[in-house]
Amino acid sequence: MKFVKYGSIILITFVIIAGLAIPLSPAPQSWLQFPVIPALEQKARNIFFHVPVAWTTVVAFLVSLFYGYRYLRTRDISYDIKSVSSAGLGLLFCFLATITGALWAKFNWGSFWNWDPRETSIFVLLLIYGAYFALRSALESEEKRAALSAVYSIIAGITVPFLIFIMPRMMAGLHPGAKGDPEGAGPVVQFNMSPNMLVVFLLSLLGFTLLFVWLFNIRVRMARIEYERSSHHT
Amino acid sequence: MSTLSSTYALIRKDIQSELRTRYALNALLMFVVTTVATILFALRSDQPTATVLAGMYWVVIFFTAMSGLSRIFVSEEERGTTMTLQLVASPSVVYFGKLLFNVVLTLSLTLAVTLLYTIVFSTSFTIQTPSIFAVTVLLGSLGFASAATIIAAIVAKANTRGTLYPVLSFPVLIVLLMTVMSATAKALDGEEFGAAMGDFQILLGYILAITGGSYLLFDYVWKD
Amino acid sequence: MEGGDPPMIDVTLTATGITKLFNRRMIFREISFSLKGGDSLAITGRNGSGKSTLVKILCGVLTPTQGTVQFAIGGKRVSIDAAKDYLGLVTPYLQLYDEFSGWENLELLSRIRSNDFPIDERAAESLKLVGLWDRRKDMVRTYSSGMKQRLKYAFALLHRPAVLVLDEPTSNLDAEGVEVVKRVAEAQRASGILVVATSDAIEAQWCARELRLGNQTQMVTIR
Repeated sequence: MKFVKYGSIILITFVIIAGLAIPLSPAPQSWLQFPVIPALEQKARNIFFHVPVAWTTVVAFLVSLFYGYRYLRTRDISYDIKSVSSAGLGLLFCFLATITGALWAKFNWGSFWNWDPRETSIFVLLLIYGAYFALRSALESEEKRAALSAVYSIIAGITVPFLIFIMPRMMAGLHPGAKGDPEGAGPVVQFNMSPNMLVVFLLSLLGFTLLFVWLFNIRVRMARIEYERSSHHT
Repeated sequence: MSTLSSTYALIRKDIQSELRTRYALNALLMFVVTTVATILFALRSDQPTATVLAGMYWVVIFFTAMSGLSRIFVSEEERGTTMTLQLVASPSVVYFGKLLFNVVLTLSLTLAVTLLYTIVFSTSFTIQTPSIFAVTVLLGSLGFASAATIIAAIVAKANTRGTLYPVLSFPVLIVLLMTVMSATAKALDGEEFGAAMGDFQILLGYILAITGGSYLLFDYVWKD
Repeated sequence: MEGGDPPMIDVTLTATGITKLFNRRMIFREISFSLKGGDSLAITGRNGSGKSTLVKILCGVLTPTQGTVQFAIGGKRVSIDAAKDYLGLVTPYLQLYDEFSGWENLELLSRIRSNDFPIDERAAESLKLVGLWDRRKDMVRTYSSGMKQRLKYAFALLHRPAVLVLDEPTSNLDAEGVEVVKRVAEAQRASGILVVATSDAIEAQWCARELRLGNQTQMVTIR
């Protein structure tokens, strides 16, 4: 765990500094200069924060699904604890992804929200998380709560690939990398990033993932303690 | 095959029950009429474009379905007949029986709405490519029914059923709604059948994925 | 039943290590027993000791937290789904369909169960046995609670179950109804397995063994 904690602190700090401080120049000479991407310029820095956060929320969702599935197979409540802990983090990261995305949209395209496919996808994920917690609060029996929320998240999870992979291809969107994107101002999809940007980006991805693992670990331990405490009262 | 005859018998029971009590039918009918009337009032004499019409069409279906499709499981739970069903039918029979009943209900609903639309919006609701429309309505109904059934089963076991059902259904149905609206718009605009193939593929994939997933997971929801 | 005694059905019901917790509250743990054709078991205990819960678990309607329930017919294991054809249950928690008549309930439910016997004949037999033949065409909505209880018996006995489980067997029944139930219990003991969950000491006497639920669960032989 030490590696995870220190790793995430170091990496994210580095990314914040590097991502924000390294200057842009039209013809980068050294490693300490980022290229200027035509339509994006300074706004490209968003990629170091928005994308990893969005990535983390998807990871959190998958983790939650996995533990939900394990619960259904074993009926072991500790899997449900892990599933809901991950979902809570996923919800948090999803909010962050939506907000960072909307801020960027405002600066880039003029309005906070446009219903382009990727924006819609993150919104749907937000709705799924919301529905998941709404369902859990409507179920009193612990076993039912665990089983039904696991089933719901799996069913909802089944629709997500349809969203993510299919919609952007079918509909022209504003997001970089979508069909109809003029100059391929899509550093993400085409990995046209310059090597130094790529390094910072990947480090950010790793840093946020480690952060997720750390937070997940804390939440699960806390939830376990609460669980033990409340069983001694019955 | 006895599973087939069991399933058929279950659907028959649900249909007979529905014809006698008319709970779902009445709710659905009222909902369709009031939503279409509201749209009419909102529009006054404006005639909407094809995209708007396509959107509204499915909005009416979505909200009406939300008010009616959860009944198949909620009614059993409310009246305490869930156990009775569990004693006579295996989970697969219950799942397919309820699913097919919902399919019948949704198809009837789309038929009713289509009829209403052609009467009320006679000038602008002209389906220029009926083949696209027919396939879209069929696949869309199957998709609605399959998602609605598993979620109805989940919601029936919870406490605050009324508001929970739309909350759970909407995220799952978004893919369906977007695809179906896009295809319907094409039907109204008179595009040729091939243009909607992409939409149909997605719909088919969606139906298979949701139905398959629901079937595999149904036991965990149905059995206490 | 008319004719000679029905033959003893080769059936076994085995409960192994049944434990049930509700929201971490332990209802009972590690309940195990085995019953075969001709055996009868009374499940007794105070209100809230878990009698109905155990009944539901035995009938496959509730999943235990741990443990298994297994059926075997003619020596071969039968899955829980297939066991429906061999199980009859009467319990206050059971409800039949209000909007249908007594007769329709029996008919519809038999068809769903895919029973391969002549449904009309058996339904008539069952209804006459419980004394509901005259009211068979009336909606269950109009039945008194005693009549509903009788209909539950008609439903449970329709397919001549190898295992008959009765939870609070005589609730809502008049003296005549109680007599019918006694005869049913006797006939079931002679042909299959009988399980009776009750808080009434007299009803418990219908069975040969008694499982007393409570802080210390015990299995006692009555006769």
